[in-house]
Amino acid sequence: MNTKQNWIDQRFPLTKTWNEHLAKYYAPRNFNFWYFFGSLAILVLVLQLVTGIFLTMHFKPDTANAFASVEYIMRDVEWGWLMRYLHSTGASAFFVIIYFHMYRGLLYGSYKAPRELIWILGMVLYIALMAEAFMGYVLPWGQMSFWGAQVIISLFGSVPIIGPDLLVWILGDYAVGDPALNRFFSLHVVALPLILVVLVFLHIVALHAVGSNNPDGVEIKKTKDKDGIPKDGIPFHPYYTVKDIMGVFVFLIIFCSVVFYAPALNGYFLEHANFVEANPLKTPDHIAPLWYLTPFYSVLRAIPPMFGSQFPGVLGMFAALLILAALPWLDRSPVKSIRYRSPPFKWALGIFVISFVILGWLGMEPVTPLYVLLARICTFLYFAFFILMPWYTSIGKTKEVPERVTE
Amino acid sequence: MKIYIKTKLFLIALLLSLGVLASGGELHLEEAHTDISDTVSLQNGAKLFMNYCSGCHAISFMRYNRIAKDLDLSDSAVAENLMFAGEKVGDLITTAMPEDAASKWFGGTPPDLSLVARSKGTNWIYSYLRGFYADESKIFGVNNKVLANASMPDALWSLKESQSEAEFAQSARDITNFLDYVGEPAKLIRTGLGAWVLSFLTLLLVLSYFLKKEYWKDVKYGIWRSRD
Repeated sequence: MNTKQNWIDQRFPLTKTWNEHLAKYYAPRNFNFWYFFGSLAILVLVLQLVTGIFLTMHFKPDTANAFASVEYIMRDVEWGWLMRYLHSTGASAFFVIIYFHMYRGLLYGSYKAPRELIWILGMVLYIALMAEAFMGYVLPWGQMSFWGAQVIISLFGSVPIIGPDLLVWILGDYAVGDPALNRFFSLHVVALPLILVVLVFLHIVALHAVGSNNPDGVEIKKTKDKDGIPKDGIPFHPYYTVKDIMGVFVFLIIFCSVVFYAPALNGYFLEHANFVEANPLKTPDHIAPLWYLTPFYSVLRAIPPMFGSQFPGVLGMFAALLILAALPWLDRSPVKSIRYRSPPFKWALGIFVISFVILGWLGMEPVTPLYVLLARICTFLYFAFFILMPWYTSIGKTKEVPERVTE
Repeated sequence: MKIYIKTKLFLIALLLSLGVLASGGELHLEEAHTDISDTVSLQNGAKLFMNYCSGCHAISFMRYNRIAKDLDLSDSAVAENLMFAGEKVGDLITTAMPEDAASKWFGGTPPDLSLVARSKGTNWIYSYLRGFYADESKIFGVNNKVLANASMPDALWSLKESQSEAEFAQSARDITNFLDYVGEPAKLIRTGLGAWVLSFLTLLLVLSYFLKKEYWKDVKYGIWRSRD
């Protein structure tokens, strides 16, 4: 830039924004593997928006035509099959990325002060993403779309007193049908994407105001040079842009391997039963949501009905989601990063991850007495991770955190 | 270093749990060994399907001229060999069987088979086609090993009688192969295209690696090296 401001900068803070968020946004120099997933999440969001626009041009949100219109996209629309596979694989990829992204937060204490709001915005994003994915899954109107929606939406009917009316209000009918499909379409393509984009914007604004955490959990802003630049910081652009571009290609290679060679991923990304059109008269033998929702579905099924109502299970499921938002206040440890944490936290995190994965697996399996027991144990461990956190993060010996980041 | 070991342990645990997920007990099915790139097999499968199956079963997401294009046939060849009821080549492949008659004969409309390969899999179709056995207690005198009490006669019985065992296996395989293609016509180009896409991405990955390495010299040794 020359000394004179250019035409745009006199009218719009272009250079200022560019500098604040990229060229003069100083990120810690020690980002590792776990720090690729933030930029990858943005990539997949854009991918979903773009492919979604093309799918919306041909999809018909009508119970009589929806299933056939998806097959029309797969066969008669030029490159429609590619758009559809990018979108369906993108949905699962989004969750893979988000789960890694959240795990990174757990590893390095990224949710701890002063980044509580970033974490909470992220949690709202996660819940909005689940709603977005769930409604998107209903649209192709296959057997699993229909029956999955039937199971999940009927949960709202278990709310005491207002349940039945709430159910009718949500569905616009007494069962999952045309009005539900139509409104899910509207929410899936307009309302939730808007919410997601705004939340991502806020998530990043909050992050860039506070500054990024890093694998050492050291606040790089504490040690600045005479120009006011953090000594352990490097400009995000070009150093992390080129690094993230490399990450993008690694991701795309894995992603495209699925898109081109196993788009249904043996029923995990596109369930076999969803290639049969929805039939309200024929209940499938086994109803399971897609893999990214199954941990919470397992919690729902693990909690037994009480007083003849499913409501405790529903509460448990939502509690399992919402309790994540309390993490910044449950964690009493003086250090952020797993590198310097006390042993009890490391054990707790390990047990938590294992129970979460087992819950996810159980949510895809049919209910057997053994599995119910296992789901109950894992649900207990899942909640114990949070409820006991104030205790186990305040015991044990933490290691000394260095002044500066290590490489 | 320790963190890398943990990262690895985490990834291994994830892979192991995926392995557990992948192993589910199912009905034993014969391997179909179909090959969607085998055009001759697809052409024969199309012919057999149109002759033996399409009287009752529609493949209503498929068009005649799409089959012509994908299976290296001319529109006229398709019209002569695969179309029997005066349809147009751009039409969807529906069935002429009236719904109420179907209900009377089979207790319901025979299912549309456009996506049967995707919902049931090729091994299921192959095993089902070969799975008919005599059972006098049934209306059609046959039952099926894969789908017990199937309300369908053994449509391929005349083939089974006139062909050797190996020939009949090939016929069933060709029909299965054709239905696999019908389930997803894009499969014909998907894998070939994928090779190009992945090669191109690999090239870009190599370039981006060197680009990153070049820039990060600044961070390692240059203006952005560790400062005290």
